Amino acid sequence: MATYSTSDFRKGLKVQIDGEPYLVIDSNFRKPGKGNAIYTLRMRNLVRGTILERNYKGGESIETADVEEIESQFLYRQGDKYVFMNTDNYEQYELTAEQVGEDWRFLKDSTLCQMVLYENNPITITPPNHIVLKVEYCEPGAKGNTATNVTKPVKVETGAEIQCPAFVEIGELIRVDTRTGEYIERVKE
Amino acid sequence: MTSDGNHLQSNDRWRPTAELPYLQLRAALLGRTRDFFSQRGFLEVETPLLSTDTVVDQYLDPFGITTLSEKQAQHLWLQTSPELAMKRILAAGSGAIYQITRAFRDGEKGPLHNREFTMVEWYRPNDKMDDGIALLAELTEALLETEPTECTSYRDAFMRHANVDPLTADTSRLARVATAANVAIPEQFGLDRDDWLDLLMLELVMPHLGRKRPVIVYDYPASQAALARIRQADPPVAERFELFYKGVELANGYHELLDADELQARAITANEKRLAMGKNLLPVENRLIEAMRSGLPPCTGVALGFDRLLMLAAGADTLADVMTFYGDRA
Repeated sequence: MATYSTSDFRKGLKVQIDGEPYLVIDSNFRKPGKGNAIYTLRMRNLVRGTILERNYKGGESIETADVEEIESQFLYRQGDKYVFMNTDNYEQYELTAEQVGEDWRFLKDSTLCQMVLYENNPITITPPNHIVLKVEYCEPGAKGNTATNVTKPVKVETGAEIQCPAFVEIGELIRVDTRTGEYIERVKE
Repeated sequence: MTSDGNHLQSNDRWRPTAELPYLQLRAALLGRTRDFFSQRGFLEVETPLLSTDTVVDQYLDPFGITTLSEKQAQHLWLQTSPELAMKRILAAGSGAIYQITRAFRDGEKGPLHNREFTMVEWYRPNDKMDDGIALLAELTEALLETEPTECTSYRDAFMRHANVDPLTADTSRLARVATAANVAIPEQFGLDRDDWLDLLMLELVMPHLGRKRPVIVYDYPASQAALARIRQADPPVAERFELFYKGVELANGYHELLDADELQARAITANEKRLAMGKNLLPVENRLIEAMRSGLPPCTGVALGFDRLLMLAAGADTLADVMTFYGDRA
């Protein structure tokens, strides 16, 4: 099994701890002048997003994680499964609703997402930062109200509700920031 | 905190990591260091960076160099400190000496570490530990313009910040202290007491040391004597002291061990521990032992990390800011 020893430790390594993949987000070396070095790794769990901090004694080693990042296309949803396809080799992957999380709101046909594979199994997807969605339904807004501080819920083509300014109407296209879930602007076809 | 000095664009790789004002500060502080020692009658000396001898320490890894041009290949070590050579000068009757030199340590890389760095090292015959502590405090206050230095024993520092007696607590007690304080414990920690003491020092004690004024910690556990004398007390302690300021370890001093047999015995023990850790063995025979048999005068010696001192003087938080070509920029 491949391992990294303390002298290999650096930011960006992908490692495996207690059977789960982590990304090293910070690596620190401390050493008393006459004592053994302590290496501190700050790591993000690639499945759950939680942060873990661990200390290692000089000379210890940890397993590498078989983690790969690929581009994938969202194909369709079936029950609580979301089906994606690797755009390089057309291999298909299924993610559960739990793995997709809140990002289901931005998944429409053919959306290109970054997918992280761990031991060839998908663990996370990340949609593009900005995505254009069609408005399926909303209450009519007051005519001539161009203020952006008055908002209303708008139902978009994925079935999600997005808070939009009151002037947005059915059939229009809106650009949404997938990181915050917020409306950015209206777009023309 | 930048630990790799890679924050600049790749086309800036030729540039120094330190800005010019910090290089000017370095030059000024080097001048003041020399003034300090010459005013006190110390002789400035130079010793070889490459030597067949090297300090044998469990946790210091010297770079080894094999000569290529000579018929009989020779193995030399880049010095982890000028200690061995300076003590040979003392044994030859020099009186008080100091040196500003380069030291090299393999595998040391971080915001406070660089494999090559500047060390100020000095020795004064007939100084006891207290005299050595007083001189170190004077130098620190002169260079960093600080408030008067505080002194605390290693035991008191641990009692105060970790609430444990580092001289008597067993490993399971030290482990409980670490756990209770939510310190992340390396998996490979076992029965080595010093591993636990070092971890608690790094995590719980050191961050508090010297917040307002420099602190000198003295009377280390006998197991961490390195090349210091051990004073018979209950329990025995090493006449070793360290300077901390703003949570950073700046200097290490010893009331120097004079017994050649004891020195060799400690080197052999350190080598055994190195071997157990999978490290290379270092030569236990050296010319310091011969010098000590001939007679090393009683003395106290200190090594100070000049780059760290400069970093604090500059208000920086990484050595990259005060070294011309830090880390991979070298």
